Parts: sequence; C-alpha cells; structure tokens
Amino acid sequence: MRNSSLFFLWLTLDVMILSVLLLHAVLTTHAQQTDLADKASLVKRLQLTDLCLFTEARYTRHLSQADLNTAFQDHPLSLEHFPSGSFTQPTLHSDSP
Amino acid sequence: MNVWIEKQRYLIDFTISSLLRRKVKNIGLLCLYTLIVFILASTMFFTYSIKKEAAFILQGSPEIVVQKIIAGRHDLFPVDYLQEIKAIRGVANVESRLWGYYYDSLVGANYTLLVPPNQTEAQQTGRTTSVEIDSSDPHALEATKPLFEYDGTPLEAGTLIIGNGVARMRNIGKGDFMPFMAFDGQIMNLKIVNTLSSSSELVSSDLMLMHADDFRKLFGIDNKFVTDAIVTVKNPSEVVMVATKIKKRLHTARPIIRDEILRTYESIFNWRGGMMIVIFSAAVLAFVIFAWDKASGLSADERQEIGILKAVGWETSDVIQMKFWEGAIVSLSAFFNGVILAYIHVFFTGSAVFEPALKGWSALYPNFKLTPFVNAEQLTTLFFLTVVPYTVATIVPIWRAATIDPDSAMRHTGG
Repeated sequence: MRNSSLFFLWLTLDVMILSVLLLHAVLTTHAQQTDLADKASLVKRLQLTDLCLFTEARYTRHLSQADLNTAFQDHPLSLEHFPSGSFTQPTLHSDSP
Repeated sequence: MNVWIEKQRYLIDFTISSLLRRKVKNIGLLCLYTLIVFILASTMFFTYSIKKEAAFILQGSPEIVVQKIIAGRHDLFPVDYLQEIKAIRGVANVESRLWGYYYDSLVGANYTLLVPPNQTEAQQTGRTTSVEIDSSDPHALEATKPLFEYDGTPLEAGTLIIGNGVARMRNIGKGDFMPFMAFDGQIMNLKIVNTLSSSSELVSSDLMLMHADDFRKLFGIDNKFVTDAIVTVKNPSEVVMVATKIKKRLHTARPIIRDEILRTYESIFNWRGGMMIVIFSAAVLAFVIFAWDKASGLSADERQEIGILKAVGWETSDVIQMKFWEGAIVSLSAFFNGVILAYIHVFFTGSAVFEPALKGWSALYPNFKLTPFVNAEQLTTLFFLTVVPYTVATIVPIWRAATIDPDSAMRHTGG
C-alpha cells in the first residue's frame, strides 16, 4: 500500500476515534443530567457553597467563604498549601458591599 | 482536479519516505509534540468541565451568606442578628447555619461537619420564616422532601451521616460508630446511620451531617450563636441591594452573594494561577524550541536534499508543498493523538496525571467523574494553538532554502 494511502487511513481512523469520543461526550453529558440535578439538589438542600476539591485547609476547602487575608496562616512555609492555593485566585470585582 | 490530487499523493508518498529516513529524530519529535498537545488538551478539558459543572451545581447555593467578621477573622454569628436581617425590606427568609471543621488526627484529615438546615434550633424556635417556594424553581419541590431517610425516621441526636470519602478513608459505614473528641476532652461516639452517595463526592466527600445538639456539644457553642446566616431575597434583582443594607445595618457582617461564589469557581484553574502558568509556560517554551529549531535553519541533510530535488527538476513550489505536507503530517498526527489521549485521561482515568497536584496536601480527596463538557470551540482553539504555528514554522525556512540555487545549496553542505 502507498504511504499516502496509509497516512489517510491513519487520519481517518483518528477522526473516527475522535468522533466516537465526541459522541460519547454528548451522550454522557445527556445521561448525567440526572446526576448533576441530584448534586445541585443536594447543594440546595444542605445549603452548600463550595466544591469539595481541596480539603487540607479551611481556606482551600471553602474557597468562597475564606477570610480575605489568609496568607501563610498555618506556618510561613505553607505557601498557601501549594499547589492547591495556586489553582485559584481571589474574586477581584465584588458586587457585594 | 485528479491530476492535482495525484500530485499531492506523490508528494505525501515522498514526504513520508523522507521522514522515515530520519526515523529516530522524527518519531521523537512526534512523541514530544503529542505530549505537549496532550498536556494542553487535558488542562483545557479538565478546567472547562469542572468550571461548567461548578456553575451548574452551585446555582442552588444560597443567595446571600452572612458571616460575622471580627479583627479580620470569621467569628460566630449571634442569633439576635437574624431578627435584624429579617426586618430588612426585601428579605424573604433568614436561616441560620451550623457548620465547622473537625481535624481527625488518626488519619490527618479535615472533615466538614454540618447540621442539615431543617435541624438547626433557630428554625425549631421559630426564629426563621417559612421558605417561599418559587414555582419556577426546578429544585424547589425537591427541597421540600425529607433530606435523608433511614428506617423511616429523620436524623436524630447521637447519629451521623457521612460522606463517601470519609467512609472510604476510614473504612467505616452504616451501623459503625465514629469517635469525636469534644472541646472539653470528652469522647463522643456517634452512630453512622447512612452514607451520602458516591456520585455526589464532588460536593460531599468530606461531609458529616449531625444533629444540632451534637454539634453544639462537640464544639461547646452556646445556643445564642450559629456559624453564619443564609438570606433569601424576594426579588433576585435586589440581592446586591439587600446585601448592602445588611452591611449598613450590621457593620461587622460580611455578606457573600451567590454571584461571588460562582465567580470564585469561574476563576479557579485560571491560566494566571501558579500551577497553570507553569503548565502553559512549559508548553509555550517547548513550542518556541520547536519553532526555533525549524526557523533557525535546516540541517545539512535537508539542504542537500532540497538541492538535489531542485537539480532534478522540482519547482520551488513543489519543495514548499512537500514541506507543508511534512509539517501537516507531523502536526495533525500529534494533534489527534494528543487530543484522543487527553480525553481518555480526563474522562476515563479521572485525570490520573493531574491527581497528585490536585490532591495537594489533602489526606481526603474526592473520587469524582467529571461530566465531559467538550465543545468545538475548545478543539478549534487547540488546533490553532498547535497545528498552525508548527506548520508555518516548517514552511518559512524552507521557502528561504528552496529559492536559492541548487548548485550552491549542495556546495554549502559539501554535497
């Protein structure tokens, strides 16, 4: 088989795999709507404010509820619990008073 | 048209043979290029999905949370404040919340202890008004259902409902007892009556739901205080106005509105963050090295090849087309491989490569499966960030080399 034919075959295979994955994304997103609604419902019923992503410190566990001055609270070398602390930033433009 | 297609096919045949002649170098290049696309695509898929999921889930978070701040730190909220807030025009409902953290020295993990909203004493003592159900709110009906049921009775004193992350880490479950050391040194054993579902770990992994009496006994919090307050506003467009009024009436209060919560998660994993800038700058640097390598000149072999091709009758445009195909073959292969691997990595393996960084110092980390929110815009952005620069960087130096005389091209390389 010619090299160009092999290349286009390879490219077609890649495109097909990517299409299948994109189809998977669409179907999964659709199928997980109930799960998402359940999570949203749990948040509403328990009056939660944050995602449970980083549990090592209170200002990384509840990012939106943290004090506005939290640098180096635990000890000077904690560096805001790097890397968790470096994934986020303060809300800069606040509408609230 | 057929002639043109056939010509391009011959050029591709030749290009692939040429690439295979320098097999080790080009396979290495392809692997590195795929790795860069993989890292960029994984970061893009992960951050977009988590932001989108956060925006959807946290739509149900409280409209206004009111904290009390003393000396710049969060302080306990006096129950008397609830009446003052309730008196503000535009406020529909005020509820108190009891929640806090408990450090488990046995496993080195922090738990979030929370009293479910319908269990706080403030509500029991009639300090809050009833919730006005908005018929347009899809979650309103669900909110009226009992929160958790076990043997037909609600959560009572001495019992506990734990998040799935806690159950997994401590290897405990329904029917077991969980010991806590209270503020006065006494040990409290609470019976686990239920576990929150594993599908909700993204919001509930470290949660422990307990009765208000147990919570107060554990931390020694007086009945006159709660952790903070939740305010519901009659007209959603007046949220900022009500927050301003709360701040004016209670000078030590810090109102946090829902928009701020949502904005916090919009800015999470922003490219300006420390770790993200490391990832992106590494990828950009690698691309600069690629481009520099390509643009700074051709190898002796490549110059000789171009000289010979021109000597046997190839036009400058043919050489440029051949090199275009070379760039396209390498970058398209890297793009597709990188994107496919990134998708599998983020949505099938739970971002295994990012996991150590995401876990950070946490002893307790949620196991969650992200909803694959992927759109054409992301793929297009990635395509223009990776394929186009590389292909252009391949063509530019070739155009310079292809326009010079074949004789001198061969002589300069000793050919």
